[in-house]
Amino acid sequence: MDINFRSHLLVCTGTGCVSNGAFEVKKALEDELKKHHLEHEIQVVGTGCNGFCERGPVMLVQPEGVFYQQLSVEDVPRLVEEHFLKGRPVEELMYSPTERDASIPLMRDIGFFKDQVLVALRNRGSIDPEVIDDYIAHDGYIALEKVLTSMSPEEVIAEIKESGLRGRGGAGFPTGLKWGFCRRSPGTIKYVVCNGDEGDPGAFMDRSILEADPHSVLEGMTIGAYAIGAEHGILYVRDEYPLAIHRLEVAIDQARGYGLLGEDIFGSGCNFDVRVVRGGGAFVCGEETALMASIEGKAGRPRFRPPFPAEKGIWGKPTNINNVETWANVPVIIHRGADWFASLGTETSKGTKIFSLVGKITNSGLVEVPMGISIKKIVFDIGGGVPDGKEFKAVQIGGPSGGCIPAHMKDTIIDYESLAKTGAIMGSGGLVVMDETTCMVDVARYFLEFTQSESCGKCTFCRIGTKRMMEILTRICEGKGVPEDIPLLEDLAERICDTSLCALGQTAPNPVLTTLRFFRNEYEAHIHDKRCPAHVCRALLTYSIDPEKCTGCTLCARKCPVDAIAGDRKEVHVIDQELCTRCGECYMACRFDAVIRE
Amino acid sequence: MAKLTIAELRKIREQAKRSRNLREGEGKARITVHMGTCGIASGAREVMDALLTAMDERGIRDVLVTTSGCAGLCSHEPMVTVEYANTAPVKYAKLDGDKIVRILLEHAMEGRIVKEYALAVGSEKMS
Repeated sequence: MDINFRSHLLVCTGTGCVSNGAFEVKKALEDELKKHHLEHEIQVVGTGCNGFCERGPVMLVQPEGVFYQQLSVEDVPRLVEEHFLKGRPVEELMYSPTERDASIPLMRDIGFFKDQVLVALRNRGSIDPEVIDDYIAHDGYIALEKVLTSMSPEEVIAEIKESGLRGRGGAGFPTGLKWGFCRRSPGTIKYVVCNGDEGDPGAFMDRSILEADPHSVLEGMTIGAYAIGAEHGILYVRDEYPLAIHRLEVAIDQARGYGLLGEDIFGSGCNFDVRVVRGGGAFVCGEETALMASIEGKAGRPRFRPPFPAEKGIWGKPTNINNVETWANVPVIIHRGADWFASLGTETSKGTKIFSLVGKITNSGLVEVPMGISIKKIVFDIGGGVPDGKEFKAVQIGGPSGGCIPAHMKDTIIDYESLAKTGAIMGSGGLVVMDETTCMVDVARYFLEFTQSESCGKCTFCRIGTKRMMEILTRICEGKGVPEDIPLLEDLAERICDTSLCALGQTAPNPVLTTLRFFRNEYEAHIHDKRCPAHVCRALLTYSIDPEKCTGCTLCARKCPVDAIAGDRKEVHVIDQELCTRCGECYMACRFDAVIRE
Repeated sequence: MAKLTIAELRKIREQAKRSRNLREGEGKARITVHMGTCGIASGAREVMDALLTAMDERGIRDVLVTTSGCAGLCSHEPMVTVEYANTAPVKYAKLDGDKIVRILLEHAMEGRIVKEYALAVGSEKMS
């Protein structure tokens, strides 16, 4: 028993903090506490992702609620002596929004955390994901108990339907409805699957849930299996997530040990067990029919639907697939009730959504927000805005299948329908922030390059059409675009959307279409004026020297890697445009703002 | 590990309640032990040990114990501050291992201020 502990140090051991040395910090804390004979008074707990990855390694001291950030092994002796021995919190290790601001001691007062509402991530940062008793203490398996002792499968499905939960993998299909299809599908062998093939560039929501709270997913799946009448569960997780897989396997072992997975759970007659299948990391395997093929050991390629997985899924048996975040929502809906869940969010989109907030943003990290919150609030209040005084330009929501929403539409709210209206999609929750130094043609090219290389090649337009679009975008970025390129892009985009079998192809042109819709002037500047307004596309830049400002210090000439700058000391320098490779070294080196970039 | 019954599951949940209260910063009372150099020199460590042992022996799960620095009255150390429910914090002075247990049981658990040990606001001292 840990009753003797007066304080818990909740050290984030999510992937972000771990890569910044969280395990070393945790070890150092344990050693230092021992040195001061505090090891029976203060417990160090490794938790899943706290969310504030930007400031990792982070740690929360409870019960006080003091939040420390950017910890290093060197900080530990002072921290232990001052705070844990003498009771004096160390201000220098606390968070302050900028260097000029005063530090904020308590986690609940920090802007990044204040507006978040944790449902799927309810246990993040407060439990050790590798200790099942921790999960149980925080209302874990209370929903499973309720379901197996007092609810019929139909009642479970009705409750999920009533809650308004929609699939968090991207498409937003009502979860209860999906379960109902699979339940009604004839057959004695059925499968439930957790889709953990998170592939969007910059997205790490599912990974963080699996790392922070694997039991919430297992409990959700067990409840789903009971409702559907399935006895077999599969967690499909990509092999690039070793920590997530490790914690899942630990959790599965512990749940089996307690009889929470296996035969006759709680003596109710309900049997359910799961296994982990590691995916090879193909983006297309997030598509459910490709995912099922991959589980069966075949090449991960989508097939026609119908038959839908609920009728003919894995090995031809009825199968229900939900995303990690969807499953993690299930226990809390059962425990707290559909009405409570439905009270969060908007008319059509209930509950919360997790986003991984990345790109040109001050507080990058993992955030869970209620549906209906505006993009502005996420970017500015939680994310702390764009760093270095730059101007906010757009957000890309929904990864490579999503779209760019421009700054002037920052009041758009997060819900499935509102986002779809802009041409973007909810997607699985990647949110990439862009500032004035981002070229929208270049961004569209980047995302298309991703989907193009991830296309499985089955459908002609997805395979070849995206290739042609890539070539056109590359041409535009190189200053070789022609006016006909824009209608050609639009024509190709439409055909790819219409003729692709799966969502990968159907949505691949979205980044191009939304940037064409909201940033057409940037395309036109590239094509007509041979100019990149954000000064990103190298081929379209010219560097010259302002004779008024140049002092003849020779710095730029010395920096130039191709000796394209001529000029004597204390004389105005000149760039030879023939030799110049537009690398920008001179622009960055000049101390007198004399190099002009156009 | 043996298969759990629902009763056993509930027991785990109940036993871990203290840990949960700690992590969520929730409890019906909070005792802050002042652990400045002055406090430690005059016996704050013994007070802390006695407090934690007493809580452990009695299975008290909803009282939070934290530390802070010198309370500014070094001659009155060891000192603690007790906050019970939503009432005003009360400072206690010149404590030892026995006094703190009484404060725990009467003030932190029951809400009755232990007047003999309390440092009344505005007056010199009461103890």
